[in-house]
Amino acid sequence: MRSDPADYELIAPGTLQAVVALLADEPGKWLPIAGGTDLMVLYAAGKLPARKLVSIWNLAELRGIEVLPDEIRIGAGCTYTELREHDVIAQEFPLLTSAARWTGGIANQNRGTLGGNIVNASPAADSLPALLAYEAELILVSVRGERRVPYVGFHTGYKKMKLAPDELICAICLRRVFSKYLHYSRKVGARNAQAISKVCVAALGRLRGGVGGGGDAIDDVRIALGSVAPVPLRLTEVERMVSGKSVDPELVKLARIAVAAAIQPIDDIRSTARYRAAVAGNLIAEFLEQLRATWKPA
Amino acid sequence: MSHSSGNGAKRELSLTVNGKPETVRVFPMERLLDVLRQELGLTGTKEGCGEGECGSCSVLMDGKLVNSCLIPALQAAGANLTTIEGVAEGPQLSALQAAFLECGGAQCGICTPGMILSASHLLKKKPEPTLDDIREALAGNLCRCTGYMQIFEAVAEAARRKSSV
Amino acid sequence: MTEEHIIGKSVPRKEGRAKVTGAARYIDDMTMPGMLYGATVRSQIPRGTIKEISFDAQINWSEFVTVTAKDIPGKNCIALIGDDQPCLAEGTVNHPEEPIMLLAHADPHLLRKAVDAVSIEYEPLPAIFTIEESERRSQIIWGTDNTLKTFLISKGDVDSVWAKADYIVEGEYTTGAQEQLYIENNGVIAVFDREQGITVWGSLQCPYYVHKALMALCNLPAEKVRVVQAETGGAFGGKEDYPSIIAGHAALLAMKSGRPVKIVYDRLEDMTATTKRHPSRTRHRTAVSKDGKILGGEIDFTIDGGAYATLSSVVLSRGTIHAGGPYYWPSVRIHGKAVATNAPPHGAFRGFGAPQSLFAMERHMDRIAQVVGLSPVEVRRRNFLKPGQTTTTEQTIREEIDLGKLLDRALELSDYTAKKARFARENEAGPTKIGCIKKGMGIAAFLHGAGFTGSGERYLASVVAVEGCVDGGVRVLVSSTEFGQGTNTVLCQIAAEALDLPYDDVRIAQPDTNQVPNSGPTVASRTAMVVGSLVRSAALGIKQTLIASGALGSSYSPQEFRSACRAHIAAHGELRCFARYEAPEGVFWDDQKYRGEAYASFAWAIYVAEVAVDLSTYSATVEDFVALQEVGRVLHPVLAKGQIAGGVAQGIGFALYEKVVWQNGRMQNGQMTNYIMPTSADLPPIRVFFEEMGNVHGAYGAKGIGELPMDGPAPAIVNAIQDAIGDALGTRFDSVPLLPEHIFEAVSANGER
Repeated sequence: MRSDPADYELIAPGTLQAVVALLADEPGKWLPIAGGTDLMVLYAAGKLPARKLVSIWNLAELRGIEVLPDEIRIGAGCTYTELREHDVIAQEFPLLTSAARWTGGIANQNRGTLGGNIVNASPAADSLPALLAYEAELILVSVRGERRVPYVGFHTGYKKMKLAPDELICAICLRRVFSKYLHYSRKVGARNAQAISKVCVAALGRLRGGVGGGGDAIDDVRIALGSVAPVPLRLTEVERMVSGKSVDPELVKLARIAVAAAIQPIDDIRSTARYRAAVAGNLIAEFLEQLRATWKPA
Repeated sequence: MSHSSGNGAKRELSLTVNGKPETVRVFPMERLLDVLRQELGLTGTKEGCGEGECGSCSVLMDGKLVNSCLIPALQAAGANLTTIEGVAEGPQLSALQAAFLECGGAQCGICTPGMILSASHLLKKKPEPTLDDIREALAGNLCRCTGYMQIFEAVAEAARRKSSV
Repeated sequence: MTEEHIIGKSVPRKEGRAKVTGAARYIDDMTMPGMLYGATVRSQIPRGTIKEISFDAQINWSEFVTVTAKDIPGKNCIALIGDDQPCLAEGTVNHPEEPIMLLAHADPHLLRKAVDAVSIEYEPLPAIFTIEESERRSQIIWGTDNTLKTFLISKGDVDSVWAKADYIVEGEYTTGAQEQLYIENNGVIAVFDREQGITVWGSLQCPYYVHKALMALCNLPAEKVRVVQAETGGAFGGKEDYPSIIAGHAALLAMKSGRPVKIVYDRLEDMTATTKRHPSRTRHRTAVSKDGKILGGEIDFTIDGGAYATLSSVVLSRGTIHAGGPYYWPSVRIHGKAVATNAPPHGAFRGFGAPQSLFAMERHMDRIAQVVGLSPVEVRRRNFLKPGQTTTTEQTIREEIDLGKLLDRALELSDYTAKKARFARENEAGPTKIGCIKKGMGIAAFLHGAGFTGSGERYLASVVAVEGCVDGGVRVLVSSTEFGQGTNTVLCQIAAEALDLPYDDVRIAQPDTNQVPNSGPTVASRTAMVVGSLVRSAALGIKQTLIASGALGSSYSPQEFRSACRAHIAAHGELRCFARYEAPEGVFWDDQKYRGEAYASFAWAIYVAEVAVDLSTYSATVEDFVALQEVGRVLHPVLAKGQIAGGVAQGIGFALYEKVVWQNGRMQNGQMTNYIMPTSADLPPIRVFFEEMGNVHGAYGAKGIGELPMDGPAPAIVNAIQDAIGDALGTRFDSVPLLPEHIFEAVSANGER
């Protein structure tokens, strides 16, 4: 344990209002800590720069999953376990369910939060590609009130995001419009559990007329990847390229080339750039094959 | 309210551990693992990695399995904790403990407390787990000695015994 | 054979209950009044001289106990085999993380800050990090030529076989470092008292190794050094020699401060600073006849020992002797060599050189099969050692082992033949496409010699004692340690069996050098076999004493024994029998020629792996694993099965997951997040089967099994991957760990996707 608890302050004001007031009073001085599954690792390694922390664990305003007719609102303080156990999410947003299932082990799923995953902004974060694919919107809160921003484009660079120093993520909203899509997700790590991803894909697709009917051309597709760039990526160029086309070997080949051009994987302690690029191409190809297979001619 | 209580101030925190109310005087950023081991002398919970990977520090907090090395003391205030010391019912070993002993689920024993709490958490949620359920539930508890096979047997055996009671 | 009442039964473990209740106390669970914490200031460079050490003024250094090499009362070395490893670096450093200075303080947090507040200025020297760099000798970092040790095994007339050969098959095989990754980090507590001397409690395998090291370091006589093994949370060889270092450090701080000192490493320090499995490179050149029989060959087996010699000569010895596998070599020359590099010294890890050389041998057998046009099964069958034949060291196989039959059983248990054929058809069907999974089957055949090599056991001259207690029970006294493998249980079983007493009447003393004789280190798979034999003898000894004195008839009930025991102790003060190791008759080993009876017994095994390679992610997964071994006698079925399953799991890690990432001699991935060992979600069913042929040299016929399971998984798995995709790609996989990134490069190089 390479930090001295005596050097740190941690307070728990108990309400969202008190926390945002604190953040407004002393911007940049207090680091919010929810479940701690990222920050406490840094702390134990002696690598946590912040000395003052404010607990947002268990704040009622950040908990809960609200199911509305058009969207669901996931409290930023929801844990992965809560995500996994929610029926509507399992039915309509399975990419988020699978991301929650492969984050850490059960003990870490009981503490890690969706809001924490976003703000920690690791390029390898498990749930962020799913949020990109579903085009989540974030509700941010501060003393100035709430504002709603699209999640796509929220991350502007490695660990940089469009979050003011006195803002917290309050909720993540997902529109309930994806039930007729094919949902494809795959995480590639060094082992089957408790692994930081080497490549992570979350993708949605629909053929013309929806799954199982109509023509076989791609009507709508979203492809998001983690661990291949400083931020989680939506591959909008690839999406544009395949839209309106039928999936055939030629398209898959072109898609691979487009994927390779869109990503910037690196060599690091876990893997190599070449491997990541190859696997990313393979997984997108697999997704396109699965999408093609949803077409059942009349 | 006043924000700054001054760096380095200890706080009095109350929590329940294995059914017993406890009050400790600790820094809010003390790890729950260290509160259990050092303040309360409950050394059954172990530190294997300090980063939430090995699960040796697993305890139940308000009925949920957590890695105590990743929890600041302040966030455990008011919580209901179960550690390995609270698993046996007096001198009688629990079904899991007995099964671990008989099936070879414990070799060196260092992962065993966390493993037993993890398995107990599973059996509460799924009293009749499949092998895949067991594998998944224990994936956050690393064991270097057993290769897991006899741990799976122990958990399955404990489930069988509890269901036949 | 009389019916045994305890041997062969899975009796409850002596040490078990404490482990499942959390009552078992490991080093970090222990405190002592007035205790200080100790920490180590370590080198940040791989090689150089120390120019200056400065202390940041922000720390109040007068509060700290400081120890450097100058404070060492005895010899500044870790006494083991040679004396080249300093306890604390003095002037020069030869590897990253080399200990330079020790600090102690009552506040462990302040201590941590103090370690960071010591600045060391170095004059760096060029450092070397690979076997090849060491062999090049452009930098000499050890001795005159970087060579820590060599061995030569020479049998028959190798030079004459090349002309007769129909095929000459060559191959080079490499294995990487592997971290033992016991879940309990290294830790000790040391106490010094002018009267008693030094006492150390530690997480360790060999109390007498530590005892010897402390005597030399602290300049104390034997009776003023006491070492006690505490509950130990896994070891696997990683706590064989390393504890002498951490114990030495704690002892020095305790001596200087007069206070108890605890040193416990965190995971990062343990991974980066302590020993690992020796990386290896094996080169084979084999003369083979057209019907696939080995005529002879040369084997070049080289291991990287790190910066100091430590145990490298012994690891090399075992690896060299096992390099020929379970095959008949009419002639062979095996060159074994250990070289130095500027990495923390490598050390013992389960298998101890054999997993390295056997990986090479078993990969090479598959290569021979391919060249000659035989199946991997057939080429092995034709070359297996048979009773009456001699090994590479010219040891005659005296037991009636039928490896062909063992192979048949393994093939049946794994459904090898049918699966291999089916996979070949399925792999063939269709090009390598996305989502495509290719499967393969792989075999490894091997042997593992138990006990110390050659004259080693004679040298150790192990002693055990069994004594009667005042309550009529019996106690076993050995320095053999329990760290998960069931030492306490098995030795009590043996004593109970020998004395015809209930298992519950027998207990075992905690390994404390003040209390127990030196039964040798708990290594080399020798405990059940060698120490167990001695325990049996000593137990029979106290039985004889009671019978001879007329207190017992030749058959008796447990109550009668208890009464007789109590009465004897009341009359004579004690009832104790010692047994000392005696080399068996007709067993000869020539240390110079490296020839003769290398081991008292070999256990034999055939392992079969079924592996699936996913070509979208290039990941290899073991789907099924059969581990069949002949082990003499299974003393405790649950424990024996647990040993094999655990060893196979470590072998699977060695093959597919566990990579040490090095940079300038320092391990970069020293945390569990980035050093990948298998979780419960990663392992296949590990199906364990035994055969029992007995063993005249082992207690109740037992052979050693602790390390055996480490030898087979890596070659079986890589052979399976070769079967799945390597042959189709025209590429060879000859290195472990074999990661998806490597498989990708092989697939990519062959133009496939």
